[in-house]
Amino acid sequence: MAAEPGLAPPPAFRLPRWAAPAAFTLVLVLAYLLLRGSGTLPHDDDAPQFTAITELREWVDAHKNDSPLFLYFVNYVRLFIGGLFALLQTSLHGLGWPGLIGVMGALGWLAGGWRTGLLAMASLAACGVLGVWTLTVDTLALVGASVLLSLAIGLPLGVWAGRSPRLRRALGPVLDFMQIMPTFAYLAPMVLFFQIGAPAGVAATMIYSIPPAIRITALAIEQVSPTAVEASASLGATPRQTLTKVYLPLARSTMGLAINQTIMMALSMVVIANLINSPGLGSDIIKGLSRENVGLMLPAGLAIVLIGIALDRTTMAASRQRFRPSRVPYAVAAGLAGAGLTFVLPAEWPWVLRTAQPVNEAVRWAERSWFEVTDAIKEAVSLFLLNPLEGVLTSAPWWLVALALLALAWRIGGVRPAVTVAVCVAAIVLLALWEHSMVTLAMVIVAVAATLAIGVSLGILGARSARFSAFQRPLLDAAQTLPAFVYLLPALALFGATRFTAIFASVIYAVPPVVRLVEEGIRNVPPTVVEAALSAGSTPRQMLWKVQLPMARKAILLAANQGIVMTLAMVVLGALVGGGALGYDVVSGFSQRTDFGMGFAAGVAIVLLGIMLDRITQGADRRPPPLRRKSL
Amino acid sequence: MRIGPESAGIEVKGLWKIFGPKAERVLTSDDRLLEPAALRERTGCTAAVRDVSFEVRPGEVFVVMGLSGSGKSTLVRCLTRLIEPTAGEIAIGGDDVLRATPAGLRELRRHRVSMVFQHFGLLPHRRVIDNVAYGLEVQGVAKAARHARAREILTLVGLDGHAGSYPDQLSGGMQQRVGLARALAVEPQVMLFDEPFSALDPLIRRDMQAEIIRLHREVGKTMVFITHDLAEALKLGERIAIMRDGSIVQLGTPEELVGAPADDYVADFVRDVPRSDVLSLRWICREPDEHDSMEGPPLPASTLIKDAVQVATATALPIRVTDGERLVGVVDRVDILAAMAPRQPVTA
Amino acid sequence: MKIRLLAGVLMLGVALAGCGGAKVEDTPSAAPAPSGSASASAQPSAGGTVKIAINPWVGYEASAAVVAYLMKNELGYTVELPEIKEQLAWEGFANGQVDVIIENWGHDDLKKKYIETDGVAVEAGSTGNKGVIGWYVPKWMADKYPDITDWKNLNKYADLFKTSESGGKGALLFGDPSYVSNEEALIKNLKLNFKVVTGGSEAALIKGAQQAQEQQKPLLFYFWDPHWLFSKTELVRVNLPAYTEGCDADPKKVACDYAELDLDKIVSKKFADTGGKAYDLVKNFSWTNADQNQVAMDINDGMTPEEAAKKWVEANATKWQAWIPK
Repeated sequence: MAAEPGLAPPPAFRLPRWAAPAAFTLVLVLAYLLLRGSGTLPHDDDAPQFTAITELREWVDAHKNDSPLFLYFVNYVRLFIGGLFALLQTSLHGLGWPGLIGVMGALGWLAGGWRTGLLAMASLAACGVLGVWTLTVDTLALVGASVLLSLAIGLPLGVWAGRSPRLRRALGPVLDFMQIMPTFAYLAPMVLFFQIGAPAGVAATMIYSIPPAIRITALAIEQVSPTAVEASASLGATPRQTLTKVYLPLARSTMGLAINQTIMMALSMVVIANLINSPGLGSDIIKGLSRENVGLMLPAGLAIVLIGIALDRTTMAASRQRFRPSRVPYAVAAGLAGAGLTFVLPAEWPWVLRTAQPVNEAVRWAERSWFEVTDAIKEAVSLFLLNPLEGVLTSAPWWLVALALLALAWRIGGVRPAVTVAVCVAAIVLLALWEHSMVTLAMVIVAVAATLAIGVSLGILGARSARFSAFQRPLLDAAQTLPAFVYLLPALALFGATRFTAIFASVIYAVPPVVRLVEEGIRNVPPTVVEAALSAGSTPRQMLWKVQLPMARKAILLAANQGIVMTLAMVVLGALVGGGALGYDVVSGFSQRTDFGMGFAAGVAIVLLGIMLDRITQGADRRPPPLRRKSL
Repeated sequence: MRIGPESAGIEVKGLWKIFGPKAERVLTSDDRLLEPAALRERTGCTAAVRDVSFEVRPGEVFVVMGLSGSGKSTLVRCLTRLIEPTAGEIAIGGDDVLRATPAGLRELRRHRVSMVFQHFGLLPHRRVIDNVAYGLEVQGVAKAARHARAREILTLVGLDGHAGSYPDQLSGGMQQRVGLARALAVEPQVMLFDEPFSALDPLIRRDMQAEIIRLHREVGKTMVFITHDLAEALKLGERIAIMRDGSIVQLGTPEELVGAPADDYVADFVRDVPRSDVLSLRWICREPDEHDSMEGPPLPASTLIKDAVQVATATALPIRVTDGERLVGVVDRVDILAAMAPRQPVTA
Repeated sequence: MKIRLLAGVLMLGVALAGCGGAKVEDTPSAAPAPSGSASASAQPSAGGTVKIAINPWVGYEASAAVVAYLMKNELGYTVELPEIKEQLAWEGFANGQVDVIIENWGHDDLKKKYIETDGVAVEAGSTGNKGVIGWYVPKWMADKYPDITDWKNLNKYADLFKTSESGGKGALLFGDPSYVSNEEALIKNLKLNFKVVTGGSEAALIKGAQQAQEQQKPLLFYFWDPHWLFSKTELVRVNLPAYTEGCDADPKKVACDYAELDLDKIVSKKFADTGGKAYDLVKNFSWTNADQNQVAMDINDGMTPEEAAKKWVEANATKWQAWIPK
């Protein structure tokens, strides 16, 4: 305090706080107006960077059958994964539908009592009624294989990371990369190494679902009470004994969450895995997409949601409750009984509800009757928001945009985020993807703005009205488990193949977590603070703006952060419905051999964009709130 | 199983624990003599334990007292190398702890020294009986045997009938009894207590202190007891070490601390202690002068002042203070009253 | 089922203990049908399993559906129809994920690699369909602006085709990213003031074309013949510089129209060697554009491919009976 220069008598004239940023902004705008059109980096499909990667791919492809790496490693990995998958697939199909439903019900009951058990059985049976039983079982086998592998690698690694901060720090960026990397982008390399088919699908799903297994396990281990660990050591336990008798049991419930999240991530990936000929529900969804047939997609999409609900509730219950060994024999009996029924009941699922026709008619009706409105919305957003923003970002000299981003990062987060941004910008330029990155950036900005506007409003409403919260919760739950692909179709039907469609789909995709985080953030404002504000005579409006929102700041920033990451993930899928730019590069890299290099580079560019935006928003979070800053 | 004395002594010589990078270098340089704040400023290190030496006799209750941050918890953890000391010597029952191999160290922790923790450190996923039996389980004792032993100990600490409960179903005091039982179950020679009762309510704390005194009488283990509560220290400790900034500032019996504080720090500490509860007549008796009658009742010099009150009220004559047959001095009513009066600040 | 289970376990063991390295051709399950919907593999069939890749356009699906229907019902094979895009399907020849591509559009580069170099695939003759890709406008535009069908005049009308997606240029609507495409090169080399806007699927193209004709909206789009849409909606092809032999040799320098292709069938080497009657059926399969359009239209109108195939098969016995190997 004593060294604070502010204590000196104030100078006669002082610039207001906003002067410097405003002046800087003005300079940027002037520079843009003067230099527009120069220093741009137009996109070139045949940039040497891309052809180099494509050639590398061709070279790898040509040596698949003579390189020792393939002969003695990659191909064995493929055979192993394929064998594991075939084993699961065969056993699950071998159980028959009564057996599988029985086993799932028994597991649910074992984990969480009869409610969970019945829910699991009903969910699975509903998949049968929807007419997608065999695909459901294939999906279960695919998810099972990839989750098993994820856990086999992720849990030990997570335990290790939980006890070694150094490993944790080293793993952090790698996991970030794996999660932000659009799944499309690693399908192509997967195919290169593992061929099309189930093994590549399992491997891709595994890569996508392993980060939560590692992260949450590490967190679980970290959170184990140090006293319990010390007590164990003080009694002369070996490190191994402490691990198995203290760390693992105490971390169990959080590790249950890790397993739960791993399963959920895997489920959301299985659709994409179908693009490389892995079996499962995704095939119907992809078929539906290429034929604009919502009726075909919907049962498969719903089935994924149902599996998600069954597995989610079962694993959550298992992690929450104490294990009851006394129930095991009953559960085994129930499973066996189900399997026994397989021999009595028909092998095929007996009764199917056909929904495709009415669903398609409903979609067509909506399309016809809402077209005017939806078209107007689309045009307005595209012409007044998206195109100007895109225009500015792509027509400005690249270094000017980079400078603006850098300044923003520095201003919001400080030096370290700024350095990260600089590195990301440089890498994007070097990848020869500047223009497309800017187009994607414009889409992401618009989508995140819309997501936040909608998500924060809904979150506030939910926090203020218990009834509204109860009403929107199941909708949010469903929206989050529904495979992202399913959003694309209604969006496509309503808005045609445009960037707006992609934005619309990503907004639907990203709003639920934002609502949830905001609602929770506001609810978590300590009641004493609310009471104090009330007793000071605040109106509800003042309470919201002066107390609840500022105090929920952290949650809202986290929501923005999540929104960005999820939007980026969706941008690639949006390419399938006209999203264009980086997403399209990734998709075409996956489907055209000659574009492999561009697709791969675009995948990396999306990661770079993601890291950049992530660091900027996280930087905002780390800064002390304004009040404390002033008092320093 | 093991042949050896029921309890073992502890010898600590020149013990140092410095946290932070380059701890070794700090130790060998003159930096180690710096004040804590200056040391941190200069080297980024914290000296939690600075050149501490003491001995604990077999069967003794030895209390380490200090405020938080004084290094007492670090000190007790160094004894079994839960925290690795930077330098010094530690011997328990004559065996060098710092040179023990990992296996030897485990052996020490399994059979000879056990510890009770401030926040209990119970395993919430295990029933009480399995918590108590944990040390035996780690040693590889068969289930039936360890459960039998755990039941015995549960009876000893007054937790009959709670064997099947889970820790979170018990009150704080009962949980700490479980912690105590767990430490006792392995039949250690030495028990270490790291502020075991500071998380408990005052009433329960008093019960638990009584429990420790009782247990000490019954099982006669060597005990090292860490606390920040002077009353607790005085109540339990046969000898007390007072720590400040990682060093022991005074080591002595409760009487010595209260009667002859080594410096202002200790004096400040013990100022509010009712002297009559701690000091014996030895501390207030004076040479008899010619006016004193030698007819008064005799009392041993180790009698606490408060316990002499009754005798003093019964007689107007000065009490003769004796050490065996020898006369140490005399004490009259006025002396006793003066000793019982709360001390006034000098300026008053 | 037990046998497959055992095979799975064995393969795990073999895979781990194997020596001499594993080839790309090796597959985890020695038993038939390692993947794909188990409904197909649930009832073992006389002839084994054939995997016909499904590329994402309905004409292709029509051909595949008819062949699959005949294989199943006339020859007793089990058929799997995995949804795989064109170029990926070729990769499937190597490891047995794909046996048949029933309608191949050119792809000389892939033929060179997989047939000549790798030797994992072979040609199985023409489908009888003539295929040609081109740029189309709805009929009303050709009526209103007669000279629009010449590429030289496209720039004149570019403004008509502007949308919010095309960034100030005319929009050229494209389909699935996996389709054969020279669009970017054509626009660049013919100096057209147009931008490729991707619809993402055949369905987007169909819908765009139908709306354009019905609502008299301008649209320039990528399309191909044979397609059932021609019998429902009138479309007019825009004439690009005429195709000459070799003008499309360098994909970056293409400045000419697409060649008319003789659509053909490609099968894996393994299937050609061991496919038996199923292979003969594929080889013999050949029909007209009209046949294909008929089946495709039925599929588009809501029939499942299998139903549409059944309808055609029942009405055209003489045609398909010639394909069935004796």
